[in-house]
Amino acid sequence: MASALINVPATAKHGDIVEIKTLMSHIMETGFRHTETGAVVPRNIITDFSCRYNGVEVFRAELFPAFSANPFLAFFTVATESGTLEFRWAGDNGFS
Amino acid sequence: MPEPHATRRQFLVVASAAALLAVPWPTLAMPDAMKAAIRDVVKGAVVRVGKVKFDVPPLVENGNTVPVTVSVTSPMTDADHVVSIHIFNEKNPQPNVGNFYVGPRAGRGQVATRIRLADTQTLTAIAKLSDGSFWSATADVVVTLAACTEEAS
Repeated sequence: MASALINVPATAKHGDIVEIKTLMSHIMETGFRHTETGAVVPRNIITDFSCRYNGVEVFRAELFPAFSANPFLAFFTVATESGTLEFRWAGDNGFS
Repeated sequence: MPEPHATRRQFLVVASAAALLAVPWPTLAMPDAMKAAIRDVVKGAVVRVGKVKFDVPPLVENGNTVPVTVSVTSPMTDADHVVSIHIFNEKNPQPNVGNFYVGPRAGRGQVATRIRLADTQTLTAIAKLSDGSFWSATADVVVTLAACTEEAS
């Protein structure tokens, strides 16, 4: 089971710009590697990430195999109102 | 002995070089795959250098995790904000690194992540602004231990 780390300030004043840092545990297998016998290791990566703030999408990313294992993403948003942040990772093999 | 065609040939060489130099953006040295990937994003628009700050360590020991930060100078208002940020590379098996969609709600046109690099190369970041203009920055990275080369067990 994959686990995620998310770092957001617990409180912010209205209108503050807050930084959101996310870390997802995932192998991010590129699909370009071979085993000792020469077989290609099938690609297994996260391809999409999105962050919703009270249902409104504030950040979205498309990921490629060039992302490191355990993809880290840091971005900003304006603290407009109290509410929930919803994060979603989706990728190969039905990962989500 | 100089051939009569020599001057004409020289002229053509000089003329084509001048035509290439007239391209407003230095796409000359880029591999075709990277150019194609950038073309998919900018769709023929002019890409100018500036506004984008691309922070990458100049010397990387381990290409498996390279911290990168792209920040774009923008007031991030509804009328004038960053729409998206795109990172491209020259020498990985795939030219795309990531596409990031921000917006006026972001407050700051900045994104940070960690990427893999297969070789010493030049990275390019392109930002699309809400007025439809594209801005770019490049960064040179020296990689001592490449990613993607080790065998999986």
